[in-house]
Amino acid sequence: MLQVLSKEFNSFLNSLIAYVVIGVFLTSMGLLVWVFPDTAVLDYGYADMDTLFSLGPYVFIFLIPAVTMKSFAEEKKAGTLELLMTKPLTDWNIILGKFLASFLLVLFALLPTVVYYFSIYTLGNPVGNIDTPGVVGSYIGLLLLGGVFCSIGILASSITTSQIVAFILAAFFCFILFSGFDSVAQLNLWSSQALLIKQLGVLYHYESLSRGLIDSRDVIYFLSVTFIILSISKLILGSRQW
Amino acid sequence: MSLQVRNLTKQYGQQKAVHNISFELREGEIVGFLGPNGAGKSTTMKVSTGYLPPTEGDVLVGGYSVVEHPMHVKQLTGYLPEHNPLYLDLYVHEYLNFIGKLYGIGSAKLKHRVGEMIELCGLTHEQNKKIEALSKGYRQRVGLAQALIHDPKILILDEPTSGLDPNQLVEIRKLIKDISTNKTVIFSTHIMQEVQALCDRVIVINKGNIVADDSLTSILKRGSGSVTVVAEFEGTVNIDDLRLLKGVQSVAAVGASSFRITADAGVDVRPEVFRFAADRNLSLIGLKLEENSLESIFHTLTTQQVMHSEN
Repeated sequence: MLQVLSKEFNSFLNSLIAYVVIGVFLTSMGLLVWVFPDTAVLDYGYADMDTLFSLGPYVFIFLIPAVTMKSFAEEKKAGTLELLMTKPLTDWNIILGKFLASFLLVLFALLPTVVYYFSIYTLGNPVGNIDTPGVVGSYIGLLLLGGVFCSIGILASSITTSQIVAFILAAFFCFILFSGFDSVAQLNLWSSQALLIKQLGVLYHYESLSRGLIDSRDVIYFLSVTFIILSISKLILGSRQW
Repeated sequence: MSLQVRNLTKQYGQQKAVHNISFELREGEIVGFLGPNGAGKSTTMKVSTGYLPPTEGDVLVGGYSVVEHPMHVKQLTGYLPEHNPLYLDLYVHEYLNFIGKLYGIGSAKLKHRVGEMIELCGLTHEQNKKIEALSKGYRQRVGLAQALIHDPKILILDEPTSGLDPNQLVEIRKLIKDISTNKTVIFSTHIMQEVQALCDRVIVINKGNIVADDSLTSILKRGSGSVTVVAEFEGTVNIDDLRLLKGVQSVAAVGASSFRITADAGVDVRPEVFRFAADRNLSLIGLKLEENSLESIFHTLTTQQVMHSEN
């Protein structure tokens, strides 16, 4: 697994992908948090990082599928998947290697935004007037969300040989899972089941984490969704055996 | 180390790609796996490497079943897939390093092995290039180096020479010959000369069935029960008249007025054919003794109806 992970991560670094992803993420987040008057924290008047945590997931919806779209689609097209699968590797080794490589890239994209926290911390009046537990919870939520999106991207890439199809499917499913359930729950159809439907979506658990209370139920939700989606990818990769 | 294919059947949906075939490669053999396109060569190889599971039957590598011990079998075999897939964005040595690590070779030994493979496969001047910058012949060498990096006992090569120019062809063949000294090698091809150049033994497969499995010399002998002559006339000739000639077994029309005449072994029908033409005042414009080469044996073997494929 580690060999696949390091090869994948190196190929991100050796191509433009890593730099473009990190660059675009940081530029857009920087503009949103500090410059654009509608969302900038300087004009807002409150020392919090809500902009990053509420808009970050939407940037991820576009960026993460772009990172993961080639993971299996390209290998299938080029035939290198056959090469990997005839090496002494299990399907899980390959999937986890690819998943962790994209997750690592997301982590590296997110890491520099920690600077925002310190900036806002010092800009606050009085200094340090920021909801630190909320920020920590939000970071954990955003990372776990990144994990879910990465697994969706891997799944989408494993069902097709076209990178574009993989990208569009992944972006679509990320969006549905993130806010789709929440929106559907608002339809005036469900009465008492509305909360249940809301809880199926990511947004409910993400918001719960960003309140600063790290509830094990939310963490387990994220981890199990990631695991289930990766298991489906494993199933799809294994379907050549049928 | 031996490779045994036992009653292997592989079915894709309704279609049987390989139909109950069995053969065994003994240690140190080079075996050519010959057949027309779509005969089931690649399928057999994919099953042998553990990429696809058999529908029925099994493949044993050094006594280990590919179904029950896929990891062990993968460790023992080197495989060059058809079309030689490579990570084009990697450097040659980087790629070989990656593959070596997948086989769990320790870093000190791996460095040595990569150097060795680069030298063996003649990649010394190309090792610092990206694979995408290499010509097809060199890519094929990288593919071979990749299959050899962990010093496998069994080497499975799926059309290792397809699409190469004549010079590259000779080089790759020589390379395969060189590396195969202490390995069991099976390679698939549909080029006859390749088999002649490389193998001790040939397995011919057609429509998922083995139609011949023998040493090269006995397969060549197989055709020598008769002598074939191709005669070309100017003007029309009645094919039945030709059949009446002395010693002729059968006559087949191959063109408007050319015929393939098969005669008993040891009989040269050319003088007869010449006299035949002279008697009828026909111009004989071509008369050639056809050597019963591997090519025509291949043709006969793979075009005849396979008896048990229909049931």
